[in-house]
Parts: sequence; structure tokens; C-alpha cells
Amino acid sequence: MKELTASMAGTVLNVMVAAGDTVTEGQEVLMLESMKMEIPVESQGAGRVAEIKVNIGDFVNEGDILLVLE
Amino acid sequence: MQKILIANRGEIALRIIRTCRELGITTVAVFSDADQDLPFVKEADSAFRIGEPPVQKSYLNAEEILRIAKAENVDGIHPGYGFLSENAEFARKVKDAGLTFIGPAPETIEKMGDKIVARSTMEEAGVPVVPGSDLGLKTLEDAVELAAVIGYPVMLKASGGGGGIGMVLCENEQALAKNFDSTKGRAKAYFGSDEVFIEKYIKNARHVEVQIFGDSHGNHVHLFERDCSIQRRHQKVIEEAPSPFLKEEARQKMYDTAIKAAKAVKYVNAGTVEFIVDENENFYFLEMNTRLQVEHPVTETITGLDLVKWQILVARGEKLPLLQGEIKKNGWAIEFRLYAEDPVRFLPSPGKISEFSWVDGEGVRVDSGYESGSAVTPFYDPMVAKCIVGGNTRAEAIQLGQEFFANLKLEGIKSNAPLFAEILGEEGFKSGNYTTAYLAERKMASK
Repeated sequence: MKELTASMAGTVLNVMVAAGDTVTEGQEVLMLESMKMEIPVESQGAGRVAEIKVNIGDFVNEGDILLVLE
Repeated sequence: MQKILIANRGEIALRIIRTCRELGITTVAVFSDADQDLPFVKEADSAFRIGEPPVQKSYLNAEEILRIAKAENVDGIHPGYGFLSENAEFARKVKDAGLTFIGPAPETIEKMGDKIVARSTMEEAGVPVVPGSDLGLKTLEDAVELAAVIGYPVMLKASGGGGGIGMVLCENEQALAKNFDSTKGRAKAYFGSDEVFIEKYIKNARHVEVQIFGDSHGNHVHLFERDCSIQRRHQKVIEEAPSPFLKEEARQKMYDTAIKAAKAVKYVNAGTVEFIVDENENFYFLEMNTRLQVEHPVTETITGLDLVKWQILVARGEKLPLLQGEIKKNGWAIEFRLYAEDPVRFLPSPGKISEFSWVDGEGVRVDSGYESGSAVTPFYDPMVAKCIVGGNTRAEAIQLGQEFFANLKLEGIKSNAPLFAEILGEEGFKSGNYTTAYLAERKMASK
């Protein structure tokens, strides 16, 4: 299990993967918006998406878990 | 006009309060939950909560803002820049409520807000525009066909966009094909319309804009130009006046063209005509900003005028205070936009400002929305303050800038202050011979 966390506070603009998808390291999996800027969130490792913890429109704080890889 | 509601936040709200105070006008501020401790809330004569931090629930909540305006019996609303400032529907609602909107007519905002309509309006008025599409492009095939005629590279833009948001540079047909649908999608999400168009991309371009002013008596003047070529991700970082690049002949021609543009739409209040300038000083209309510009202080510094005061005078039906011949420029001004962001990767850096101080002195002006102890939240634009230096010459202004950044203390958050210190000592900037690619060429910008 590997948790992907938010590197800064912001709003979830888009979720590009779904539970069950296989992702590679460096793949853009989520888009956050902070201070009027789009911040792509890249997967920190390869694996299968076990769970997505956020929905589009959610506000997240730095360190919040965005998704879990297995 | 005795009481004004300011439908904005941060430094621009404070800036408007300052002029209102000088004119004996009472101010009403509105604020979101994220901003309740910011200086502008304390400085206004009264302040009201409008909602939760996200902009849709606060600074874009037109209904709540109008409700407070009516309950507080204000005479007018100043929208500042951003948020509702270029929203024609809001301007119309303000008018319908019997209040004064401190800005141009709703029809003008609407016309200039649609980039394709703005283009064709200017073309008809004899203002040069960048070669490109005069109609929205429906399909990729239409875009490819037109791009082949005007030649690559091209800029793919959202009709409803502005401020650099929603545009992509396409070097060739493959890039255009790759970006067409996503740009349309983004345009729809951000601006409510998926209409896009293309323009020829101008290499080694400079971005120069002219401040104009009109009154309801049919008078129009310009307040000279601002060079805003130092940008990152199509967002301005440094602005200066005069332009260090333009020669006198092109400069005068640009003023005349800006006045022509203003007259073409019977412009009332403060506006900015943005031009893109090529290596040979040919210039083309880019867009018209129907509001007070972020960088208005550089114009105030070289003219000694108060643009917010002019906005209020014109909004209450008065004539422009000065004729063209009476408006003089003096010296040189440079503005630096201090952003809460990582200076290397340009990513936002929200947080609490533990210390924010600088050395004041002649020729130094700081328009700040925050103070020591303020929190910069992730909900809004990352601009913390605008630092403006003014001297008799460009060299003097640069010298003042260097001293300013050597003494600036901004701690607790990351900021782009180190970038300014670097630019001010860099030969390309000092020579004044720079283009919009300046930061990218020096690897000072991610894109």
C-alpha cells in the first residue's frame, strides 16, 4: 500500500484515474487548483489504484491522502 | 457619491479605500471567511462577511454583494480587477439596482470580453489586429486550414478567455491537433463557452499596453504606455513605464491607435488597450481590459495622477480632469509583483507570513494586501504585494529596486523576491532589450 498525498492545499479540479486502473510512476493522476493555478499531481510509484479518497471539487490540505496504490 | 462598496479584496481594496478617504467617501468592504483578518477588512469604514472562502461562494457571489450594497445604502460599487470587474451581467445588475458601477458600460464590457467580437470591432475601426480567425473555429479541420494560410506557429485561444488563461502555443499541425479538443474543453470549463480561435504567433514579441480614459461627455485621453513583457506562463511579473524598447515614432502611433480604439467603443472610465509588438515595432491589438489594471501604479508614478480618483469622478458624470496636452510624464517607474510562490518551480506557496517589512523612502511605493502575521490562503491569486519604484531615469529606478529587494524581509512563505534581485542585476534587463521570452530564455520560468 502506498499513499499519495497533497503537496499543498487546494481544490481538486480533476481526477484522471479510477479505482482499479494501473498507473506508472510520474503519471499525472490528479489536478489540483491552488491560487488560480493548475497543479498536476504525479504518481510517486507504479501500481494499481486501490482507492481514491477525494472527489472533484473537494478542498484538500497539505498532507491529505488523495489516493491509495497497491 | 458618498458611500462605495468595494467588491474585491487584498491590496486593490486597500488602494480604493485610500482614495475614497481622500475624497471623503465612506467605504464598505466585503470579505470571505478566509480574509477576515486581512488589513482591508480593518481599514474599511465597515465590512461584511459574504461567504465561505471559494470565490464562487464569496467574491463572485453577485447576489450577496448586491444585497449588502442595498442594505448599506451605498451609491456605487467599485469592482477592482479580476472577480466581477469584467462581468457585464454584474455591471448591468448594479445599474438596474439604481447604483453606479465604477467602470465602463455593461455593453462595452460585453463587447470587449468576447475576444472575437473585440477583434472584429477593432478591425472595423482601423486598428491593426494579429492575423488570425475572425470567427470561432468549429472543427479542427477549420483550424488546420486557417493555420496553413497564416503560417505556424499559431496561438490557440479561448474566445471568452483573457489574462493569458486558456491559450496554447502550437508549433505545427500535430500540436494544433493535439491541443484543439483540450483547449475547447478548458474554455468551456473556465469561461462557459467552448469557442476557440487562432492567431499568428509573433516571435520575439513585446507586450506593450496603453492606459486610456474616457468620460461620458465624449472625451478620450491616453496616459502613456506600460511595457509588460516580463511574463511567466503569460502572466505579468514586471511592468514598467515608459517602454524601454519603443522609439518615439512608434510610441506616438500607438497612443493614437489606442485613442482610436477607445473612441470606436465610446469608452467611458479607465481602460487598457493591450498590443503585441514585433521586432520591427509593428504592433497589433491583443485585447482591451475594461477595468483598472493591476499595474496602474506605474502610470500613476510617471504622471503624478490618481487613477482611482479619476474613475470615481468620471463615474459620477464629471468630465475628465485634464485634457491630453495637460497630462505630462516624468521619470521612470518599475513595478514588481511579489508572489507567494516557489521562485524556481513557480508553484504556489500558501502559508503564514511571519515577517514582512521593507525600507520606505522617496521613490518607493508598496501596495500590499498583507502584513506580518497575515495568512496567504490557497483560494486566491498568489500576489502578496506590488512594489513600485520610481526615479528620474531607468537606471535610477533599477538602483532603487536593487536597494529595495536587498532590504526586503518576507518570511514564512516562499516568494519570488530572489528572482527580482537576480533580474535587476542581469544585463539583458538592464539594457532594456527584452521580450516576452525573457524569463523562459534564462530558465527563470518553467514555461
